[in-house]
Amino acid sequence: MIGNDPVPPALQGPMLLDVAELSKRFPLGKKGFFSGRTPSMVHAVDDVSLTLARGETLGLVGESGCGKSTLVRLLTRLTDPTTGSIRFGTRELSAIPARDFARDPDRARIQTVFQDAGESINPRFTAADAIADPLRQMKGMTGVALRQKVEEAARLCGLPLELLNRFPHQLSGGQRARVGIARAIGPRPDLLVLDEPTAALDVSVQVTILQLLVSLRESLGISYVFVSHDLNVVRLLCDRVVVMYLGRVVEVGPARAVFDNPLHPYTRGLVAAVPRFDGLRDDALRLVGDPKSPIDPDPNACRFHGRCPVGVARCGTEMPALRKFAGGREAACHFAEG
Amino acid sequence: MSDSTFAHARHVVSENPVTGFALGLFVFFVLAAIFGPSLAPYDPLASNTMRALQPPSAQHWFGTDQIGRDIFSRVLVATRLDLGIAAASVALVFAAGGFAGLVSGFFGGWVDLVIGRITDTIMAFPLFVLAMAIVAALGNTVPNIVLATAIINFPLYVRIARAETVQRREAGFVDAARIAGHRDMGVLLTQVAPNIMPIMVVQMSLTMGYAILNAAGLSFIGLGVRAPTPEWGIMVAEGASFIVSGEWWVALFPGATLMIAVFCFNLLGDGVRDIVDPRRRT
Amino acid sequence: MTNVLDVRDFSVEFRTRSGIVKALDRVAFTVAPGETLALVGESGSGKSVTAYALLGLLDDAGRITGGSAMLEGVELTTASPATLSAIRGKRAAMIFQNPRAALNPIRSVGQQIGDVLRRHAGLSARAAAAGAVEMLRAVGIPDPARRAAAYPFELSGGMCQRVMIAIAVATRPALLIADEPTTGLDVTTQAVVMDIMGRLAAETGMATILITHDLALAAERAGRIAVMHAGHIVEDAATATLLANPRHPYTRRLLAATPTAAGDLGDLRSIPGSLPDLRRADLAPCRFAARCDRRLPACDQPLVWRDIAPHHRIACGNPA
Repeated sequence: MIGNDPVPPALQGPMLLDVAELSKRFPLGKKGFFSGRTPSMVHAVDDVSLTLARGETLGLVGESGCGKSTLVRLLTRLTDPTTGSIRFGTRELSAIPARDFARDPDRARIQTVFQDAGESINPRFTAADAIADPLRQMKGMTGVALRQKVEEAARLCGLPLELLNRFPHQLSGGQRARVGIARAIGPRPDLLVLDEPTAALDVSVQVTILQLLVSLRESLGISYVFVSHDLNVVRLLCDRVVVMYLGRVVEVGPARAVFDNPLHPYTRGLVAAVPRFDGLRDDALRLVGDPKSPIDPDPNACRFHGRCPVGVARCGTEMPALRKFAGGREAACHFAEG
Repeated sequence: MSDSTFAHARHVVSENPVTGFALGLFVFFVLAAIFGPSLAPYDPLASNTMRALQPPSAQHWFGTDQIGRDIFSRVLVATRLDLGIAAASVALVFAAGGFAGLVSGFFGGWVDLVIGRITDTIMAFPLFVLAMAIVAALGNTVPNIVLATAIINFPLYVRIARAETVQRREAGFVDAARIAGHRDMGVLLTQVAPNIMPIMVVQMSLTMGYAILNAAGLSFIGLGVRAPTPEWGIMVAEGASFIVSGEWWVALFPGATLMIAVFCFNLLGDGVRDIVDPRRRT
Repeated sequence: MTNVLDVRDFSVEFRTRSGIVKALDRVAFTVAPGETLALVGESGSGKSVTAYALLGLLDDAGRITGGSAMLEGVELTTASPATLSAIRGKRAAMIFQNPRAALNPIRSVGQQIGDVLRRHAGLSARAAAAGAVEMLRAVGIPDPARRAAAYPFELSGGMCQRVMIAIAVATRPALLIADEPTTGLDVTTQAVVMDIMGRLAAETGMATILITHDLALAAERAGRIAVMHAGHIVEDAATATLLANPRHPYTRRLLAATPTAAGDLGDLRSIPGSLPDLRRADLAPCRFAARCDRRLPACDQPLVWRDIAPHHRIACGNPA
C-alpha cells in the first residue's frame, strides 16, 4: 500500500465501520417561543444500522428523499446524529460533536468525493491548492514535501501535472473529477465516501473514473461507501448494497444478488424501473405515486405501505423488522422470502 | 492576478476606452497625491495679500485666493489629503464591514441579529447628517472624518458581504473544507472570504468617489478639515462667497477637481466590476 | 404518410469571441407521425442545439447557416419570427430538463396550462381552466381540480415534469421535442413520466424527438435512434437494428462504454481522445476520425450520409 501511515490499533480489526440504530430528526419550522406544542419532526434517517468491513465497497441506493444524503453527512461527521452510534474501528464517533471533529486525528481517515467536482472545489483555488488543502490542514505539510505529495496524488489519479495550476472552470468534467479524487486520497483515508462521483460525467469518462476508483482501492487499501442513483454502476463497483426508503434500510445484501433477485417490493420496483437494453419491461412492477411524507411518520406502519404492490392490513399496523436471510441478505418486509 | 485576469483586463480596457481614460486619470491623481507637495510651485500656506484675488495667469495657473495663496498649489497639495481620507475610510469600512458581513452571514444566530440591528440603526439616519453628527460630537480631526465616513458606509458593506456569504454557505467546497479539517472560522476565512473578495473590491472603488465627496462635503460646511489646511471642500466653501463678485476661479478650480476625481473613481469602479465579474469571463 | 418533420443538410454556427463554432454540420433526419426518434449523444454532440435551432430558440450568437427543416409543410429555416411563434406551442412543443426551473414560479400550474389553451386554441378563460384540469388528469396528477391551483414550488420534480408535459401537449401538437426530460429525476419517476409521454403520443398520434445522453433510455422508449457526435449524426437506424448491429465505430464504442444490468467493469471500454475543437477552420470531414481505431485514408474524404441497409443510414468511411 503506497504511502500509508501505519494503521493505528483502534482500526486494525476487520470491521471498519459499525453503524447502529442511527437516527437524525429535524424539527420542522422555527421553534416558536409561545407555541407550547412539540414541533413536527422530519425523520431524515430512521434507525439505520449497517456495517462496512475493511477493504469492502458498500453501495447505498434509494430515491431522492430516502435519507442517503443525510446518512452520508452523518458518516462523514458533518452533522450530528439525534440518536444512535457510529463506531469507526473501536472508537465511538458520535460522542465527538461535528464542530470539533475537524481537529480530530480520525478526520483524515474519513474523506469524501463529492458529486459535482466543480461545486466542491473552491473556484478561487487551483487544482494544486485544492489537493494540498487537506494535507496542509491535517498533516501540517508545507513546502517541497507538500508539493511532492500533491504531485504524487495527481499521478495516482491520472491527472497530468501541467493541469495542477489550472482553476476548476478551466478543467473538463473528467479532469475535475480526478482533482476531487486526488484531494480525497491525499491524506490516505481508511474510509472514502463517494457521493454520486460520476453522475455529472459522460458515459465514456465515467468508465475511466470507475476504473481509477477500482485501482485506487486495490493499491491504497481504502474501503468505499458508494452512493449512486445508477444501479448498474453500483452493481459494477460494489460488494454489498444497502437500499434505503424514507429514511429506513429496506434491504441489504451482495450487490448482484440484490439486483438479480430482490427480496423487498421496493427494491423490485426500483430494479424494474431501470431502462434495459434487452427491452424487457415488467409493467406490473411499475411504482406509481410518490413516497409518503417524512414528517412525523407513523411508527407502526411500514413506510412503503400504500405505494407497495403487495400490502395487507398488517403492513399498516406493524413495522417490519430487518430480518436476516441466507447469503448475508436482509430485508424489512413481512413477505420477504430468502 | 493570474494571467487570465491580466488578459481579460487588457481586453476590457481595449473594449471600453472610457475605462482606459479613467485609469489614466486615476494614475494622475495618485501621482499628484504622492508628489504633489514637492511639485507645488508655491507654498500652499504662504499668503500674500498684495496678490489677492488675481485671475488665472501664467504665474498662477488657477489664480490666487482672497489672501493671495496660489490656488493651483493648494489644489495639488489637497489631493493627498482628500484621497488619503477617502482611501483610509474605504480601507476601514472594507475590513470592518466585510468581517461583520462574513460572520453574520456564516454563523447567523445572535451575531447576525446584533449586527443587523447596528446596521439598521445607522441606516435610520440620513447618512450625511449622521456623519456631521459624529464629527461634531468627536471633534474636527482627520481621523474622525475617516471614522465618520467609514461608519456611514458600514451597512452597505455588511449587506453585500453578508449576501455573498449566505449564497456560499452551503456550497460543496465549504463541506469539502470541513472534511479537510478546517474549523468554522478557518472555513470562513480561507474558503468563503476569498470568494467574496471580488465584489468587495468593486464596492471599494465605487465607494472611493463617495468618500471623497463626503470628506469635501463635511469640510464645506465647516465640520471637516479646518482652515488653513488646503482641502477641496474648504476651498469651494471659501470661494463660494466670491462668485457673485466675479472672482469665479476661487471656487471653480477646486470644485472642478473634486468633480473630476469623483467621476474618475466612479468610472474606475465600473471598469473594475467588468474585469472582476466572473460572468463576463469566457 | 408524410413525415411530420423532415430535416436535411441542417447546419448551425455560433459566433463567439474566440471564433466561429460550427456546432451542427449537415444534420439530416425525419420523424413520422406517432414515431419516437431518440437523438443520442454525449455532451457537446449538438443534440440540444438541434432542438433549439429547429424551433427558432437560438440565442443571438447562433445562426442557421444552411439546410432545410420542414414541419408539416412549413419551412422553419426561413420562417418569420411571427410564424415560428405561432408554431411553437401549437404545432410543435418542447419540454426541458429542469422542470421546476422551466415553469413560471408565480403562476399556478392550472393558469400556465390555461395560458397555452387561450393563446393557441383560442379558448375562453373558463374553457381554458376546464381544459387545464383535463390535461392534469391526462398526465396522471391525482385530484386535478384541486391541484390546478398549486404553484410549482409545491410540487415534486416528477409532478412538475408532468405539468410541463401537460402544457406542451395541451394543444395536441404534431411534434413534441423532449430535451433530457428525465435527467435529475429518480429512475422510478422517470419510468412514470416516460410512460405518460408514450401514452399521450399513442393517443394523439404525436411524433416525439427524445434528446438524451442515456442510451438505455433511448433503447427502451424510442423506435429509432440517431447517434450524434460533435455536430454530426453518425448513425440512424431502428432501435433493434442499432443495438444488434451497430455499424459506426462511435456507436459501437458508446455501447461498449455503457454499464448494463449484466457484465463486469472489465467489460467496459472508454473512448480514447476527446471532442475536436469546433472552432478550427481545418476540421476533418469526419469529426470522429482522430479518435477512431478503424481510420483509413478514405476517411479524409468528405463524408457521405448514405443507406448501408434499408432504413439504416450512416456517415462513415469504414463501417464495421
